[in-house]
Amino acid sequence: MLRYYFKLGALSIRANPALSALMVAAIAIGIGACMTMMTIRYIMSGNPISEKSDQLFYVQVDNWDPSEPYDEPNEPPVQLTYLDATALHGAAKASRQVISFMSMRVVEPHGEDAKPSQIEARATTTDFFSMFNVPFAFGSGWDKSSDDTNDRVVVLGQAMNQQLFGGEDSVGEMITLNGESYRVSGVLDYWSPVPLFYDLNNNPYNEPAQIFLPFSVAIAGEHDRSGNTSCWKPIGDGGRAALLASECISYQMWVELHSDAEKQDYLQFLDDYVTEQKTLGRFPRPLNNRLNDVEEWMEYNEVVDEDVGVLFGLAILFLLVCLLNTIGLLLAKVLRRAKDTSLRRALGASKSALFTQYFVEASLIGVGGGLLGIFMTWLGLRGIENLFNEFDFIDKLVRMDWVMMLAAVALAIVSALAAALYPTWRACNVTPATQLRIQ
Amino acid sequence: MELGPIWRAILRNKGSYVLIALQIAVTMAIMVNSIAIMQERSSQMGRPSGVDEDNIFTLKSVSFVPDVDKRALIDADLDMLRSTPGVIDAFSSNSFPLRGGGWSMGLQLEPGTGIDGVGTAIYFSDEHAIDTFGTNLLEGENFASDEVTWNDEESSQWPGTAIVSRALADALFPDEEGSVVGKTVYINDDNPVKIVGIVDRLQAPWDGWDNVENSMLVPSRRDSDMVRYIVRTEPGYREELMPQLEEKLAENKDRIIEQVRTMNEVRARSYLGDAAMIKMLSFIVVLLAGITGFGIVGLASFSVSRRTRQIGVRRALGATRTAILRYFMIENFIISGVGIIVGGILAVALNIVMVQAFSLTPLAWYVVPIAMIVLWLVGQAAVAGPARRASNISPAIATRSV
Repeated sequence: MLRYYFKLGALSIRANPALSALMVAAIAIGIGACMTMMTIRYIMSGNPISEKSDQLFYVQVDNWDPSEPYDEPNEPPVQLTYLDATALHGAAKASRQVISFMSMRVVEPHGEDAKPSQIEARATTTDFFSMFNVPFAFGSGWDKSSDDTNDRVVVLGQAMNQQLFGGEDSVGEMITLNGESYRVSGVLDYWSPVPLFYDLNNNPYNEPAQIFLPFSVAIAGEHDRSGNTSCWKPIGDGGRAALLASECISYQMWVELHSDAEKQDYLQFLDDYVTEQKTLGRFPRPLNNRLNDVEEWMEYNEVVDEDVGVLFGLAILFLLVCLLNTIGLLLAKVLRRAKDTSLRRALGASKSALFTQYFVEASLIGVGGGLLGIFMTWLGLRGIENLFNEFDFIDKLVRMDWVMMLAAVALAIVSALAAALYPTWRACNVTPATQLRIQ
Repeated sequence: MELGPIWRAILRNKGSYVLIALQIAVTMAIMVNSIAIMQERSSQMGRPSGVDEDNIFTLKSVSFVPDVDKRALIDADLDMLRSTPGVIDAFSSNSFPLRGGGWSMGLQLEPGTGIDGVGTAIYFSDEHAIDTFGTNLLEGENFASDEVTWNDEESSQWPGTAIVSRALADALFPDEEGSVVGKTVYINDDNPVKIVGIVDRLQAPWDGWDNVENSMLVPSRRDSDMVRYIVRTEPGYREELMPQLEEKLAENKDRIIEQVRTMNEVRARSYLGDAAMIKMLSFIVVLLAGITGFGIVGLASFSVSRRTRQIGVRRALGATRTAILRYFMIENFIISGVGIIVGGILAVALNIVMVQAFSLTPLAWYVVPIAMIVLWLVGQAAVAGPARRASNISPAIATRSV
């Protein structure tokens, strides 16, 4: 019987090709718009280190201007001064701690015709790799001792190693950065967290750095900081030494803490540190130190672009319009056939038989729209990739993984059911007698 | 008019009509809010940067060999650029309008700590900056060449003079009637800076900054490894000169030349997100109008074919074609009317929600009536076809048993 209903449904759909196409297209476009924005939102709000994101905390201490907060209403600065970053790192009160900043380095490949290029480097401390579960293909991070010495060691990203050494194991090889020689201590496997949770002060969708080198080497070598630097107090004379001793913030710090007790202890340590610094005339503001875990820190930095939220909201309403459109059309269609229906009812067809028949027909439209909707989603993502193709990072935001695939299928089924139910229900409630009387 | 009978006929068949009215209402809410956002973005994109965008290109030079004489290198580069035929002028700076990155400082009227300042972008420059940017010096004077100093990259020394944008001058001295040239402001708490000139417009490097019109040229050059050159050519020469000059600068193998971009490209990159938003929203609006329009066509067609017999009877009883046509047009008018009125309320409500949730500006009132008229016209246009078909139904249909 079901096969017969499928045949009837197909016939009925073919009887009105233009309107059937419109119904299918409306559902497809609605699902496409919705899923496109949902996919981008989903990727933007992803948690790339979910296995330990509640154990990693971003450190903020409030060294800002006594007369106004860093940000309203009373937010502490989003980075640390050199003094505080090195002091807190040196105290080593957490099980792991990492300080870092971004700088641009010029890589000079060996060989005559190879062109040097400027790439992003991250000056950091060796806990970076173990703390953020960074995968190594060859070698490892530098020894802890190199954090304090001036050993020029470097960890290469996968792409950098591909470019310089053709992807071979390059541990122990030397590379040249701005005229200085560095020994390769390790090479990363593919690693591209989205968003780039460890540095949300810059574009959170950038690729991670391709070169990692010791913080102490970068400071001693006077590497330029290419991230943000903000100051509230004039820097004294004395060039770079004065800048390092200033109240300017440009360094980032993360700590790893394994329990709430450890977190409370660390907050206490921060408070004690600031209180001690107050006696030296620093930290004029009231105590206002913060530890945010990865999720909280991403929330705080609003990594999901606001426009995506706006478009997502509009896309949901758009889907609503598309569904209303299809429901209205299906309804009009079954009502037009009220005569057939009442005839069938009069001849003894049960309500449930009619329900099945019309539901099969409506579902055909819904499923067609849903399937086409998944294709539309793909198309929508390609469209957005195209609009933003100037930006290297866009391809990371327009990928559909299996979760979003399933979400698209689920949304398609729900939409199809929503569109099919009401018209079907109306159709089987046609009374047998009234429609026949006219004849 | 047959308003009464039409209204009663609608009430007898509420289901479909409620659905279509609701569809029109939600369509309207989305359209109005999309248009409001598009208006906001396009007015931001329409703001001039103050520089001669069509004839300027910029590039970045990064030297990477230690102990190179950076001052000599920059001077040699600029001499070469300025002496190239077709180049009007060139200078080196840390940034330029629409670049997206730069240096900002606060300026205050009194020296001292803890005083609220007026935020401004800083462009390190020399006496060639005004000519290169192509901005107009409204008052005062350009820097003299002996006024321009070299400073270390990390220097906290500020030169004692500056040329400011009109907007910055107004923000600093809102109540000043006369000229502010010659007045002194303070940077870095207590370094005095005398305003020597005012240019009519020069935007800061960040297009989304609240103080985007505030900028300041200071007669100081920084000898960092990374320097940006801004080059202005005679009209029509830029596309030809840009690759030539890039090649010439790249002959020095101890540095990298990167990000060679025309000012138009810089603008497009800066506003890429806004431009994309406008494109996506217009796509949504067009699709929506299409879907709703075709939806009305479909519903009207179903409705006409369902009532074929009744129409035939009316025609047989003496109703003219126009009367039949009018029936369907008025029916749509009423349904659309309900839809757009509910839609107007929905649109305003949605706007209030969105303005609260996101940093959007509230919609302009006139968008609502315009959208109402547009949607009403879409409805009338959509129903016209089926209505004409209805009016062509022959009275003889009435005699047939369907």
